[in-house]
Amino acid sequence: MNKLIFILLSLSLITACTPVDVTAPAPVFDSGVDPGRWVTIPAGTFFSGQFNKETNLDYDYEIMVTDVTNSQYTEFLNNALADGSIKLVGNQIVGYYPGDPFNKGRHEEEIAAGDYIYIPIDDPALRLSFDGKTFQVIETWENHPVTMVSWFGAKAYCEYYGGKLPSELEWEKAARGTDIRPFPWGFEIARNNANFINSRDPFEDNQKFGSRTSPVGFFNGKNYEGYQTLDSASPYGLYDMAGNVWQWTNDVYKSQHYRYMRGGSKDLYQSNLRIWVRNNATPVFTSPSVGFRCVR
Amino acid sequence: MQALKQRFKFLFLSTKGLILVGIAMCALISAFFGMLSGPMADFGIKDVIVKFFGIKLIEAEREGRLIILYHSIAMIVVAIETYMITGLLAMKENQRLFINSTITIGYWAVLFGGLPFAYWGHRWPFHGLYIAGLSLIFFAGCFLLYALFPWQKEYKVKDKQYAHTRAGYSVERIAFFVMALATLLSSLFGAIPGSYYGNGFETFLAENVVREPHKTALDLSVIGHLHIMLALIAIACCLIIGRWMDFKGIWHKLAMPLMIVGSFVLAMGTWLVVPFETAAHFIIYGGSTLAMLGALFLVIFSWCKLIREGLERKGIKKGNFFQAVAALLSDPVKFGPTWQMVFMNFTVSFVGIFVAVKLDEIFRKWQFMDERLILTGHWHILATLTATILLLYYADLAGIKGKARQWFGWLLIIFSDLAFGSVTVYEMKRMFVEESSQQPIINTTTLLGDIGLVMVLVVLAALMVWRLTDLFKKKGKWSKESQEPIGIQVEVNK
Repeated sequence: MNKLIFILLSLSLITACTPVDVTAPAPVFDSGVDPGRWVTIPAGTFFSGQFNKETNLDYDYEIMVTDVTNSQYTEFLNNALADGSIKLVGNQIVGYYPGDPFNKGRHEEEIAAGDYIYIPIDDPALRLSFDGKTFQVIETWENHPVTMVSWFGAKAYCEYYGGKLPSELEWEKAARGTDIRPFPWGFEIARNNANFINSRDPFEDNQKFGSRTSPVGFFNGKNYEGYQTLDSASPYGLYDMAGNVWQWTNDVYKSQHYRYMRGGSKDLYQSNLRIWVRNNATPVFTSPSVGFRCVR
Repeated sequence: MQALKQRFKFLFLSTKGLILVGIAMCALISAFFGMLSGPMADFGIKDVIVKFFGIKLIEAEREGRLIILYHSIAMIVVAIETYMITGLLAMKENQRLFINSTITIGYWAVLFGGLPFAYWGHRWPFHGLYIAGLSLIFFAGCFLLYALFPWQKEYKVKDKQYAHTRAGYSVERIAFFVMALATLLSSLFGAIPGSYYGNGFETFLAENVVREPHKTALDLSVIGHLHIMLALIAIACCLIIGRWMDFKGIWHKLAMPLMIVGSFVLAMGTWLVVPFETAAHFIIYGGSTLAMLGALFLVIFSWCKLIREGLERKGIKKGNFFQAVAALLSDPVKFGPTWQMVFMNFTVSFVGIFVAVKLDEIFRKWQFMDERLILTGHWHILATLTATILLLYYADLAGIKGKARQWFGWLLIIFSDLAFGSVTVYEMKRMFVEESSQQPIINTTTLLGDIGLVMVLVVLAALMVWRLTDLFKKKGKWSKESQEPIGIQVEVNK
């Protein structure tokens, strides 16, 4: 019995004492998918939600083929800093938001007009560096989805370039197409379909840092130094609509301050990558597993 | 043929045999379906099992599958508790036989109807069998209620050390009766809104709707239903353990009224969640505080008793602190159930209260997925802790002795607590470590949690294998247990 307890304690201590190197460089792979590309989602009906409710979106819209990358967001931050539309306050980049109607709903928090966080500049999980004047992407993370961005920061990016965050329905239609598939690529999920927990992709190392983001468009059927991916595009050709990072959506619902996210992330099991699964958080929430893409 | 008949009689007609079959079914189902998730899925076992057994895992039906699986396991636990109650409380033999056989057929119908329906494709006769099984269990519950009716002259307590009314009726029996009544009504609280609003086709898990600002009557009743059913299963477990420990004296007299009022208020509060959600929470806090106080009195009584008996065994009249602790810990199978009740506070009750108190300040600042993790961890721990308590009681009923008793008891207590403690830290990890630096804490807690759960399953398997091999012996323990009562019935024996 004593030996058993000793072995258990030793094992746990060995694991617990391994330091986390959050800044460890990622393997560099070019997926070949252009993060600047947009596709058009045609007007028409689709099946929304787990129970396939027939829903009509009576307008065409364009959506980004991938999540916004660290490179793209860095460009935005530098431009917006230069023209004064965002500013540095303490250790946060903030910007103005005109506020939401407050309905005193249960657990609702007021989002009044004012400056709100876009990104925290001192968080070790941020893949950008800031020298006081300009932002730069930390090497090897250029084509990964930007993370640690609040809903305000995501919304501001899209609007800066004339777009907006997708509504939940717009996001869902772009991910699912017109049939009732649970995943963007079809009805089943394999380890090399997407970046999720214990998917054993090249960016995951549970002994060191756990699951990390993969480059946008990584799961496109290419072989990366022996790691064979499956082509996991949605029916409209979008990548990373399941796994990698959660994606902020635009909707503001009455009597709640939460903002909703879709798509699941690198830190969750497969069932959370199903198209209809929703996550939510306060709009100031930032996380290494949350990113976004835009529509216009 | 005669040998088979005798064993069948033991397994399906005697209380100890029925409990054994229930535990075995529970273990088999947990082991089999446990291979479809968690580390077993990570190791690729899930894929092999799915392929080999032709399981149909349709993604959109996951929530429905889980609901049927949870109900199947819960129905076995309810049946096991019912066998214990019919064995421990005085009632007519034909009533005992009727209740036990009805609930047994009920839960077998639930298993053989529900699980194939959920995991092997939707064939509606199976769903019908599942519903028929649930209905039979409800019917058995109604008859249990009738049999437990406390105001019967023949069931007046003879020994005045047990809590009793002025007229001599057993207050403990009233507590069992109220618990059973609350359980029956609370099952309707899930069944009626479920069939009326949900109609069985749009299933959802309660933990997925907690942040909805406008919850429907179905949302609220489902959340209430699962909370009250787990709470009442835990209260039933507490009452059973009290009877096993021969709970009596002043603590018994204080505890039983608290259990009665606690069960009733708790159930009332939960039913009121639909029309008066905010007020209902305060009623629930009140009811659970009373029931927990009753459980605390049982813990005090049983620990004092264990210390007294332990010292007596060693021939010590009045021991010092260390001798008292040694005496308390001398029999893990008897110490375990009440210790687990205490441990439940650290992993379930205090965590639940803390989360409720700090909900807006801390937990609603987190993403929903992190809050959901706490919720699912919280109730899994409560359910499994209750199961370990019942398992320790069964180990005693099975007559486990000597070193095997020590090993079984301590391994079960230590490793289950290790698992539950680890899961508690895992679910609350965002409180201690930033998200980007959580991997070591994830590694440690999942490793310890898995080790704990695996060891609990190994210990359980060892117990089952022991009892299985016993069945092959002509004069095994089973042959004596067929006729043995499982405990004293204070209403008639004293």
